[in-house]
Amino acid sequence: MNIVVCVKQIPDPAEPGALDPNTKTLKRDGKLILDESDSYGVEMALQLADAAGGGEVTLVSMAPNSETSGLRTALAMGAAKSVLVSDPALSGTDALGTAKILAAAIKRVEGADLILTATESSDGYTGTVPEQIAELLGLPSITFAKSIAIDGGTVKVQRQTEAGYDECEAPLPAVVSVTAGVVEPRYPSFKGIMAAKSKPVDEVDCAALGIDPGSVGWAGGGQEIVTVEAAPAREAGEVVEDDGTGFEKIVAFLDNLKVI
Amino acid sequence: MLGATPEAYDPDLMIVELNDEQLALRTVVHDFCEAEIAPHAEAWDRDHTFPADTVRAMGELGLFGIPFPEAYGGGGADLTTLCVALEELAKYDQSMAMTVEAGVGLGANPIFHFGTEEQRQQWLPDLCAGRTLGGFGLTEPDAGSDAGGTRTRAVLDEAAGEWVINGEKAFITNSGTELTSIVTITAVTGEAGGGRPEISAIVVPAGTPGFDVARPYRKMGWHASDTHGLAFTDCRVPEANLLGARGKGFAQFLAILDEGRVAIAAVALGVIECCLAECQRYANERMAFGRPIGANQAVAFKVADMAVMAECARGLVYGAARLRDAGRPFKKEAAIAKLYATEAAVTATREATQVFGGYGYIDETLVSRQYRDAKILEIGEGTSEIQRLVISRELGLPVT
Ligand SMILES: Cc1cc2nc3c(=O)[nH]c(=O)nc-3n(C[C@H](O)[C@H](O)[C@H](O)COP(=O)(O)OP(=O)(O)OC[C@H]3O[C@@H](n4cnc5c(N)ncnc54)[C@H](O)[C@@H]3O)c2cc1C
Repeated sequence: MNIVVCVKQIPDPAEPGALDPNTKTLKRDGKLILDESDSYGVEMALQLADAAGGGEVTLVSMAPNSETSGLRTALAMGAAKSVLVSDPALSGTDALGTAKILAAAIKRVEGADLILTATESSDGYTGTVPEQIAELLGLPSITFAKSIAIDGGTVKVQRQTEAGYDECEAPLPAVVSVTAGVVEPRYPSFKGIMAAKSKPVDEVDCAALGIDPGSVGWAGGGQEIVTVEAAPAREAGEVVEDDGTGFEKIVAFLDNLKVI
Repeated sequence: MLGATPEAYDPDLMIVELNDEQLALRTVVHDFCEAEIAPHAEAWDRDHTFPADTVRAMGELGLFGIPFPEAYGGGGADLTTLCVALEELAKYDQSMAMTVEAGVGLGANPIFHFGTEEQRQQWLPDLCAGRTLGGFGLTEPDAGSDAGGTRTRAVLDEAAGEWVINGEKAFITNSGTELTSIVTITAVTGEAGGGRPEISAIVVPAGTPGFDVARPYRKMGWHASDTHGLAFTDCRVPEANLLGARGKGFAQFLAILDEGRVAIAAVALGVIECCLAECQRYANERMAFGRPIGANQAVAFKVADMAVMAECARGLVYGAARLRDAGRPFKKEAAIAKLYATEAAVTATREATQVFGGYGYIDETLVSRQYRDAKILEIGEGTSEIQRLVISRELGLPVT
């Protein structure tokens, strides 16, 4: 069971982020870390490979400045190797461009039975890349997996919905996006950290992937960020003095929200 | 002329820079502490709970094996790396930091340094993995700083091929947990000549008949760390459990004490950093007389002093660890680091408690727990007085 996990390396959300005023995108020139939402896919992949009794987990990532910090975290968790796409031409790449790059990088991994992604990244949040990758690779796509099982040549997925879950299946290979929080990502052990140091990172640029740099980055972007505005501050809540009928107000409030 | 030797100031050894793996380890330990220790530490303290599952989880992280070779299941790293982990743990819970510190320094380290290949194979892999814990019993009810005054006796029953141990040990860390596999003890095994006792080290497996673990002490702090008095009554262990050369037990222990002192100093460093961070926050938040308490120099300067103590302790801890890892002498530096960092930790926790006012005196406040926990740092693994004695001797002073 060979599994590819697409992982994004993002600026540490614990640090105050900053936007580049010219490009109106997040500054990514500092140290990047593994996006927490991808740690679930990594954990899921490691568990599936374990359950299958073998196989490798390979990471695929696109990041500026040959960044590997986040990859090392996932390698320390137990992934075997990774493909890193880094190229100055990729600055400004939009969701579709990212999917093109990742799809081309995934093709470099031989014998991939399953491709896992998060449902969306914590910094970009378009939530469209997984399906675009599947389309570009001509593979079936299942989204919002809360659990994944492999049965012969089929992947069986419980797909999270607002009311519960759907049971879906697809023939392998397939692209499945994993919902955050559905597994408990393991802590990398110290031995894992030491081992990660020497695990292979296959770094490639657009040329190596056979991608025309003009079709990605700012040049190839089909979208433009026109303005960025601060999110409106949260409005003050309503304070109700309890005169003995407070419970009625709570019920009315919840009823209005249609949650009861 | 100043007598300082040039190599004492080797600039290469004075720069402390953590490598990528050490930084990654620090992040993992930090995340682990935030999720697995911080939410429970107050309850463990309140209920005097030794959290065996959390200790096993620290074992899975590899914390108990950091400085030992991979051949025994260790991490193949060094004292500096161990200090990185201990410093981070101590910011959250000294008891958990000490469980690792004692497990590594007192449990596994003697086996690694003085054990035969067979003894290493027998005990180290489980100790390194944190599946089991070890302790070291040197202190006795009537012999602490003066550990050469050991009264516990072990007599070799040659016919049976067994040591027969009688005596008592006091204050032994990690000696009575459900994970404890061994306690290595020092015992008098004969006379060394000139009326001096011959002291050897012997490994006593947990559960050996005649090895009794007393009820845990009621302690001022370190409530989640396991400490017991031990009694040995005709306790028999195989002759092959002698650790290192006969008659070398005490000398051996002294030889590995220096590493333990640096490790304790790393714990103290984490404690100071915890006080600094907590007080930085609180001095900005807490209002009195219509302004944050940190607007008063009397409060702000306490916090500034904590930053000074943290910087000094950091330099001393990693400086000493760096010397050790480079294979250089570090006895004096280890004693200086232990002395300074632990005394600074006691000062920092006392002052942090003052900054927190009444809340600082309430058990569930983090700095309050750190205050109660910190005092023993000046006592265990060589009191402050003993550190000053070591430093004085290293300076060539004629102290006795
Ligand atoms: C929680 C806890 C955990 C411990 N864990 C362990 C353990 O795992 N293994 C172990 O073997 N021990 C352990 N100890 C024991 C600890 O190492 C001793 O308590 C310590 O070494 C001091 O010995 P003592 O208590 O006998 O004090 P004493 O030696 O009686 O000292 C009393 C006072 O006299 C001072 N003093 C003594 N001699 C001199 C001197 N020559 N010059 C100046 N001052 C002197 C001391 O500094 C101290 O202030 C632990 C203790 C505690 C409380």
